[in-house]
Amino acid sequence: MATIVSYTARPRRLTQALLLAFAVVIGVGAYALVGLGRFDEVPADLMQVGVGSAVLAAALQVVVMWRTPYADPVILPLVVLLNLLGIAMIKSVHAANEIYGLRTSASADRQMLWGIVGVVLCLVVLVLLRDHRRLRRYTWISAVVGGVLLLLPLVPVIGDSRNGSRIWINIAGNSFQPAELAKIAFAIFFAGYLVSRRDTLALAGPKVLGIHLPRWSDFGPILVAWGFAMAVLVFETDLGTSLMFFGLFVAMLYVATDRLSWLVIGAVMFLPPAVFAATQMSHVRTRLTCWLDPLSSDNYSSCEQINQGLFGLANGGITGAGLGEGRPDVVPHAESDFIFTSFAEELGMVGAFALLLLYLLLVQRAIRAAVGISDGFGTLLAGGLGFTLALQVFVVVGGVTRVIPLTGLTLPFLAAGGSSLVCNWIIVGILVRLSDAARRPAARQVEGLDAPAAPRPAPEVVS
Amino acid sequence: MNKPLRHVWLVVGVLFVLLFTSTTYFQVIAQSRLNANGQNLRTTYNEYGRHRGPIVVDGEAIANSTASGDTYGYLRGYDPGAMYAPVTGYYSVVYGFSGIERSLNDTLSGEADALFYHRISDILSGKQGRGATVELTLDAKAQEAAWDALDGRRGSVVALDPETGAVLAMVSAPSYDPNQLASHDTAAVQEAWSQLNDDPDRPMTNRAIGGDLYPPGSAFKLVVASAALESGDYTADSVIPGPGTYTLPNSSSVMNNFSAGRTDPCGPDDESTLAEALRQSCNTSFAQLGVAVGEDQLATTAEEFGFGQRLEIPLSVTPSSIGTDLDDAQLATTSIGQYEDRVTPLQMAMVAGTFANDGVIMEPQLVQAVRTSDLSTVAELSPKELGQPLSASNASQMRQMMVGVVEDGTGTAAAIDGVEVGGKTGTAEWGEDRAAHSWYVGYGQVDDQKIAVAVVVEEGGYGSRTAAPIARDVMEALINP
Repeated sequence: MATIVSYTARPRRLTQALLLAFAVVIGVGAYALVGLGRFDEVPADLMQVGVGSAVLAAALQVVVMWRTPYADPVILPLVVLLNLLGIAMIKSVHAANEIYGLRTSASADRQMLWGIVGVVLCLVVLVLLRDHRRLRRYTWISAVVGGVLLLLPLVPVIGDSRNGSRIWINIAGNSFQPAELAKIAFAIFFAGYLVSRRDTLALAGPKVLGIHLPRWSDFGPILVAWGFAMAVLVFETDLGTSLMFFGLFVAMLYVATDRLSWLVIGAVMFLPPAVFAATQMSHVRTRLTCWLDPLSSDNYSSCEQINQGLFGLANGGITGAGLGEGRPDVVPHAESDFIFTSFAEELGMVGAFALLLLYLLLVQRAIRAAVGISDGFGTLLAGGLGFTLALQVFVVVGGVTRVIPLTGLTLPFLAAGGSSLVCNWIIVGILVRLSDAARRPAARQVEGLDAPAAPRPAPEVVS
Repeated sequence: MNKPLRHVWLVVGVLFVLLFTSTTYFQVIAQSRLNANGQNLRTTYNEYGRHRGPIVVDGEAIANSTASGDTYGYLRGYDPGAMYAPVTGYYSVVYGFSGIERSLNDTLSGEADALFYHRISDILSGKQGRGATVELTLDAKAQEAAWDALDGRRGSVVALDPETGAVLAMVSAPSYDPNQLASHDTAAVQEAWSQLNDDPDRPMTNRAIGGDLYPPGSAFKLVVASAALESGDYTADSVIPGPGTYTLPNSSSVMNNFSAGRTDPCGPDDESTLAEALRQSCNTSFAQLGVAVGEDQLATTAEEFGFGQRLEIPLSVTPSSIGTDLDDAQLATTSIGQYEDRVTPLQMAMVAGTFANDGVIMEPQLVQAVRTSDLSTVAELSPKELGQPLSASNASQMRQMMVGVVEDGTGTAAAIDGVEVGGKTGTAEWGEDRAAHSWYVGYGQVDDQKIAVAVVVEEGGYGSRTAAPIARDVMEALINP
């Protein structure tokens, strides 16, 4: 570490409690406004939603005070707020579909149920995972689990294909996106693997165009990761998932080795598959067309979804149509893939910015935890999880706002969908644990010492 | 590992800046272009999904929006439909809108600039925006009387308050049921639409202010008489020639003094006073009077009455005209309301109103008030003068002459006990072998109340028999409410 970061060891549990209360009030308030906007009356279940949210928030607060007293006070309030806002918007889309009857969409009740499951799993993680370093033991198990999960949708009977992408599994009527869970497994695997191999991977090889390339013999891991990404792309035909995993790997590789060359190599390696997808896969080609020119009359009908999303953005303008007063129901999948445009329509640019800032803040907290943690595994894990979150938000929001072609990822915490929500809550549990490790006063500190916390010894020295 | 983490954070920052930029682009910069896109259903839904303000006559909503529970959100309903349809127009998800629904769309939808502060307060209080209420000047009783009196015959009735310009009745028949077009059943709307458009009686034309306009026939003699008085060379008692027949200047055509080939002169020695000529509606008297007064004077007076002016009341009124570059023969026929004379019933009501208002013509207006959903008034009718085509004393002479017509001339059927009623009938010929259009144009006055009225019944024959009684019914409805 070039610099030594030291935090004054303050738990800031009261801050978290206040922020949680604030998040619950805002989130439940949004839920009430949706009811007022759509039906001119407060939703009948407002009381249940309010009390339920408060109870879950209180449970989070208590468990954090018990298990991770030094955890970052901002992470959980951010996630609670995002989750509640997502529920409000799913309710808005569902109600609009009820009123106008163009199509049907998932109900908010389901999302609430999954939210409860997610919070419970997050609590389980906090209670059971006393030290994040224990995860390092499961490095190779995670690799296997992640690999299996990622390829699960290819299994004939349970695999399920939607919108051209085969990234779902369907067991007894319950569908699940295993990539979300694989994300956690791979983050653990990458962190565990890279922290033990980083010194070798950082060794300089031949120099090409002013960049030190790694040694040829170290190309193995990135080739394997690339191979997996390719498999996902070719067999599951999903550019988004494959981009996310490969991006996660490359970013963590870069953080572990501080070798810019890995970034360059990663980018170069992802080009051929991207070109392959764009030219060989019809649904990717369609999405490419819809990215470049969705509004022309030739493409209009095939790009219906993205166009309706754009019209939604325009309808929102700066201040938005108001919660429960937009028409997100005309956008296919307005409650999941396109939930960002639903927000942008009803809350306007102001609300969309606020959402993006919430995510940015969450990513910042993760990276800050990564900086503060004293072991390389924790740093890589926190940094990796933070970066995938950012990448996922970028891929989804960038997809609907035409920064990049549309892909099949979902917006964490907001989009309707149980697997995504539950898995992201597990990630939050891990992040809270990591942030606790980052902010906890140095171990074996003499208690009752009045002097400011002594700088911790810098445990990692990057060569 | 802090340096690469900082770089990762930098990359995240760049990615998010891209997202902020793209969001801003589509929500602000490209917003109007996207909203204007023809494929954008939201624009339609926003338009039709608003809680549109009602159109009100005498405190009763004649057009109202109710929650429809379908994709459009609200259904526009009209009650009673056909009687007011030429004024309200229709509000169709398929064919757009017409009438007041169109002219005051911004007000009814709540988007008008004048409603800006109301809109802001709606946003701040989280209320769903509601359009403003438009109160019309129409009088329900007069409207009903006119509608019933026309009884389905093709034609139109307009009644005005000459002192304010307020339109008290505006009927055009046959009419249509705007509910048929406002329906959300697209197929039914399309069928109704094509039926209405194929109907040779053109039920969707507001004959009071538009369509093909009508030749005014003898009713135009009011304008000629006014021009003569205004020229300063004539009074009501001036003696003018009125022979049994009149050979048009530089022409072999012969004009009979009366319709149906009657060729009796207007008075002894083929002459009469102006008042007498108007009372009997002598063609030859007015043909020669028009030629003597000249095209310039006639055109000036007509223009001052509003001919040639494009009015927005706020419905668009087709300008009436008397033709241009007339030779004497044409001027002669123009002077008895034929040739290229084309008028709207509204225009003729304005002419009659001018006499009742001492020569001052008021701009006709249909909107009494605009109120927001919380009943605060945004705008109210303020009478506006259009001009003064004739002096108060000439107006008074005109009134006397018109009273003569009703008391003892062609307009006796319009007379009401205890009310000063003056008017002029017309029987306008307009096509070979077709019955003439029947006209009555006049005013009624009792105590402080004044009414101007114009009635036309297509192919109704003599104005004295067909149109005059309708005018009486309407005036009675207004005077004895």
